[in-house]
Amino acid sequence: MGILEVKGVNKRFGGLQALGDVNLSVQEKSVHAIIGPNGAGKSTLLNCLIGKLIPDTGSVMFDGKSVLGRKPHEICQMGISRVFQTPEIFGDLTVFENVMIPCFAKRDGAFRLHAIETVMSEKDIVEQAEAMLSEVSMLDKRHMLASSLSRGDKRRLEMAMCLVQQPRLLLLDEPTAGMARADTNNTIDLLKEIHEKRDITMAIIEHDMHVVFSLAQRITVLAQGSPLVEDTPANIKGHPKVREAYLGETA
Amino acid sequence: MTDQTQNPPAMTTGAQSTVQASRGGMLGLTANDFRLFLIVLVITFLAPFILNPFPEGSALAQFNAGYPDLMQRFVIFGIFAIGFNILFGLTGYLSFGHAAFLGVGSYGAIWMMKLLTLNVIPAIIMAIIVAGIFALMVGYVSLRRSGIYFSILTLAFAQMSYALAYSVLTPITGGETGLQIKNTDRPLLSNIQDGEIGRANLFGLEMRSSFELELGAWLFTFNAGYYIAAVVMLLAFYMSIRLFRSPFGMMLRAVKSNQQRMNYTGLNSKPYTLAAFVISGMYAGLAGGLMVAMDTQVGPERMFWTASGEVVLMAILGGAGTLIGPVLGAGFIKYMENIISKINSTILHEWFFWLPDGLENFVVALIYPFIGKGWHLTLGIMFMAVVIFLPGGLVEGGQRIAGWIKNRRGSGDGPDKDPEHHPKQAPHVGE
Repeated sequence: MGILEVKGVNKRFGGLQALGDVNLSVQEKSVHAIIGPNGAGKSTLLNCLIGKLIPDTGSVMFDGKSVLGRKPHEICQMGISRVFQTPEIFGDLTVFENVMIPCFAKRDGAFRLHAIETVMSEKDIVEQAEAMLSEVSMLDKRHMLASSLSRGDKRRLEMAMCLVQQPRLLLLDEPTAGMARADTNNTIDLLKEIHEKRDITMAIIEHDMHVVFSLAQRITVLAQGSPLVEDTPANIKGHPKVREAYLGETA
Repeated sequence: MTDQTQNPPAMTTGAQSTVQASRGGMLGLTANDFRLFLIVLVITFLAPFILNPFPEGSALAQFNAGYPDLMQRFVIFGIFAIGFNILFGLTGYLSFGHAAFLGVGSYGAIWMMKLLTLNVIPAIIMAIIVAGIFALMVGYVSLRRSGIYFSILTLAFAQMSYALAYSVLTPITGGETGLQIKNTDRPLLSNIQDGEIGRANLFGLEMRSSFELELGAWLFTFNAGYYIAAVVMLLAFYMSIRLFRSPFGMMLRAVKSNQQRMNYTGLNSKPYTLAAFVISGMYAGLAGGLMVAMDTQVGPERMFWTASGEVVLMAILGGAGTLIGPVLGAGFIKYMENIISKINSTILHEWFFWLPDGLENFVVALIYPFIGKGWHLTLGIMFMAVVIFLPGGLVEGGQRIAGWIKNRRGSGDGPDKDPEHHPKQAPHVGE
């Protein structure tokens, strides 16, 4: 039984069958990649996982509880954090504030009218945020505005914001999209390190094979809305069906 | 990026220094915020002197703003703008109907005075409560949308309130003529003789009572109402500083910055914005209550959309999202409204009498459109200039001047003097 269980999910948009009978099981503490060519239904599946879309049939269970129909903040409070294709951070706030906000969210829940003490008087939050920032070696940048960071630093900040909440599942939506090779490799290293150090469950949606094969322990290949195969990277690499669907090679 | 784990020692020192930066001030404020608060406090208390720099009877005396009526307006609209800024400056939601809360608060206050007591405190409390409840209702509906749709919804609510107050609700609002305290009003707790018109007071101290000080050619007026309003304004200002620096204030800035990330961080942005909206509405109600306390009458025009637009101008002109900006903006606009609009062509001719006749007429004709009823033109030009050249409002102007002076002194201790202090780069958490 995995931490995230997707069972029999179907989603139609008008005449288009975006997802057809998707079954997926992400094991705890593993890195699970979902790959597929453009239009395979990766993004639709992700949107079903985070409650943005509700599938026509089927269920999505996280840790035994359904995530369907829940709001994004409720899903996050359940322990699912999300990293976006382009880093989503609080650009007008400082790096330090960016990391403190998730700390407050984790401690105080979705809403708290907390308007008397200053932010800095919350010692536990301050310490937590400093520890996190030093872990991603951004402590020296803590007074910078987040929008003035380089793209790689924005990605790291976003990761830090997710990790400081100690999520049970980290969803990554094409974390290296549009990056140069060097940045991609840096991101891979960062993710590897996070996984090794924190034993965190990750689900990665990606179409860059290099990223997938360097990180994943388990790979699901989607094609035309349905899972084609699910296997270890070694087995996927040589799989004829995958080559056919993904690389467009005719057998 | 591969060496992320190599500097754990930096963590402990960092934690200490950041925590230390929050000390140094008083009243729970940081040193800088406390200094700002002290400056505002001193200015408000010395306002009767500061605003009256020109001797009575001199040609420049009409630029004096140190008379009670105008000073009261400065602080009351300051409160209004501070409250508006909590919503607009922090969350970025532009309410275009804030005058409705001010008006509703005013009606609440005057009824309290008509029925219960002429003491201003219950009236002001009533104004805050009524405005808060009304803001809760309006905000609950309007905050379902954001951006321009939110602005339009709030505008619609405000105009509806205005129309209702003007006509349908005449039994409660007095319609077009509004409400004032009459000689037939018998407040429950105040002893009033038959036929006597009650006056607003604070435990017997009448709002309009003043103490006049003559120093040579100067005349300074110290008005009880002004000082009461000023104390309330300082309290409101203090509370807004606390709110700006609190986790709640940080969350509101997060709403403005990126709602998507906020939601995916496990925070529900809706109650945050609603709370900001209600707090902001209560500030407006407080301003409305004070207006009634100072001058015991209300009319529906107080809720008209131009009044809502005025507070938007105040916040943007002074510097939206800054602490002191809205107060500056409010003072600036009210000064223009009351001083520029009083200048007329006779006064202009007096000023330029020393010019040759033809030239005098020419200069007067040139300036005339900008004075008197034309003060809106002056305000519009000033507003455009500020928005174009100083997007951060008057506060940014002040910061630029301060920076320029620092540079001229040539000392290199400028930006790095206090690196642990709150970021100056963030334009909306400045002062």
